[in-house]
Amino acid sequence: MIEVRGISKQYGNKNVVENVSLQIPTGKITSFIGPNGAGKSTVLSMMSRLIKMDQGEVFIEGRELSKWNSNDLAKKISILKQSNHINVRLSIKDLVSFGRFPYSQGNLTKEDWKYVEEAIAYMELTDIQDKYLDQLSGGQRQRAYLAMVLAQNTEYILLDEPLNNLDMKHSVQIMKVLQKLVREWNKTIIIVIHDINFASCYSDYIVALKDGKVIKEGTTDEIIDPTVLKEIYEMDFEIHNINGNQICVYFT
Amino acid sequence: MKTRYLLLAFLILSVTSVFVGVKDISPLDLFHLSDEKLQILLVSRLPRLISIIIAGMSMSVVGLIMQQLSRNKFVSPTTAGTMDSARFGILISMLLFTSASPLQKMLVAFVFALLGTFIFMKILERVKYKDPIFIPLVGLMFGNIVSSATTFFAYKYDLIQNMSAWLQGDFSVIMKGRYEMLYISIPILIVAYLYANKFTIAGMGEEFSTNLGLNHKKIVNIGLTIVALVSALVVLTVGMLPFLGLIIPNIVSIYQGDNLKKSLPHTALLGVVFVLFCDILGRVIIYPYEVSIGLTVGVLGSGIFLYMLMRGRAYA
Repeated sequence: MIEVRGISKQYGNKNVVENVSLQIPTGKITSFIGPNGAGKSTVLSMMSRLIKMDQGEVFIEGRELSKWNSNDLAKKISILKQSNHINVRLSIKDLVSFGRFPYSQGNLTKEDWKYVEEAIAYMELTDIQDKYLDQLSGGQRQRAYLAMVLAQNTEYILLDEPLNNLDMKHSVQIMKVLQKLVREWNKTIIIVIHDINFASCYSDYIVALKDGKVIKEGTTDEIIDPTVLKEIYEMDFEIHNINGNQICVYFT
Repeated sequence: MKTRYLLLAFLILSVTSVFVGVKDISPLDLFHLSDEKLQILLVSRLPRLISIIIAGMSMSVVGLIMQQLSRNKFVSPTTAGTMDSARFGILISMLLFTSASPLQKMLVAFVFALLGTFIFMKILERVKYKDPIFIPLVGLMFGNIVSSATTFFAYKYDLIQNMSAWLQGDFSVIMKGRYEMLYISIPILIVAYLYANKFTIAGMGEEFSTNLGLNHKKIVNIGLTIVALVSALVVLTVGMLPFLGLIIPNIVSIYQGDNLKKSLPHTALLGVVFVLFCDILGRVIIYPYEVSIGLTVGVLGSGIFLYMLMRGRAYA
């Protein structure tokens, strides 16, 4: 269970995040949506200790973030940021094996390697697992990083725009993998996502941020609503039910 | 390049190195060594070989660590002011303690090298324009500023001649009793190898490391301390070996990748082979005189460096 209590972040005089409080439902996919610059990524980074907050507290399983040992925390919660412009020459296999670092400190056991292989297979990267990251397409690289997070095998998985760089096929594939992780392994997943229809079709819970504040949160049905969305994005939405999916049309 | 071939080259070059020199010693002499020849072997030739091996390994590995931690392929002790700062430190130690012992010199040089490297890393953090070629240029400028301060003080206190000994690497001055400090490098390199995985992860960035529960700052500090310590040792005993820490890791990166656990041993080995080759070349090219190693490594190295710059913009 992740609980956020009144966290804030200032850069200079600007409040990037202001007094955000959240309770993340366990065993569900939660999406953070909102316009650019709403502070979604910053909240995600603060929840996973990548950025220090100026005010407020984050509790993970009842324990305050700063009270956690960083290595223990790395077995509980993983975060993948969107800045994947790293062009180091690491093979996919090497990268994924780093996901086991919190458990093995670099000396992987047979069991660790099993996790690595499974994660690679899960992301359908087995055929190219010896290729270097700088030889991959954007989508393949994104999947490689996701495989690393899978190998890290944490209860909570935080993903900052995981669909960046991905085509439709792979976007759907990733979202299905996330759903499977939630259903079969009871993981708790939080993603920052821009495509409202992906949020609508695949998440259980949605948190909408704007100007550093939470302006709406609720189940997917509650948020995917023309008046709510208009308040968030300041534009008109039509919502159509197509084969049981709530699809937003906003190309006016 | 297979490890096997590298090892073979290493063995051949090592043996060649021992038997090349003004005094004629052939491998056959080993079975009936005269006292004089034994002396030459023990006092001059073997120490030379050992110092080449250690220095070649050290500088290449240190370069690799720097490139990983700074996330820039063109950063090395030569292009980040580390070497120049170490030399400045040696000068200061000579001014402070009139007859500084090698250990005192080493410690002061280490402190300065560490300071210089940290200043460079701080500059690196501030620079917004992270062009892979711009960064080492900044480093070279920084190094030259430090170096000019060294020259100024050396000139003022009449130590120019003394300092020039540290300007260019030279193995011909290596003799029994003058190189043993280099041995300190070996345990440091072993520590570096034990940290290889952590350096690789730290090289992926602070957020990446934090996610895996690794204290990024601590690892960077350990890495830079290793770099400064080893650079100080090498500058003090052998002198500057320019570009070595730059070209060797880059060549290895092309065929071995950037996973330090795998590439570090290769880097060490290739570094030794390269320095051995340069040293032998320098000894035979104007036989019976010698071209100093700093010059041969510098000429060959800068050539390779230029080639890498031309082909590597996209890849670096």
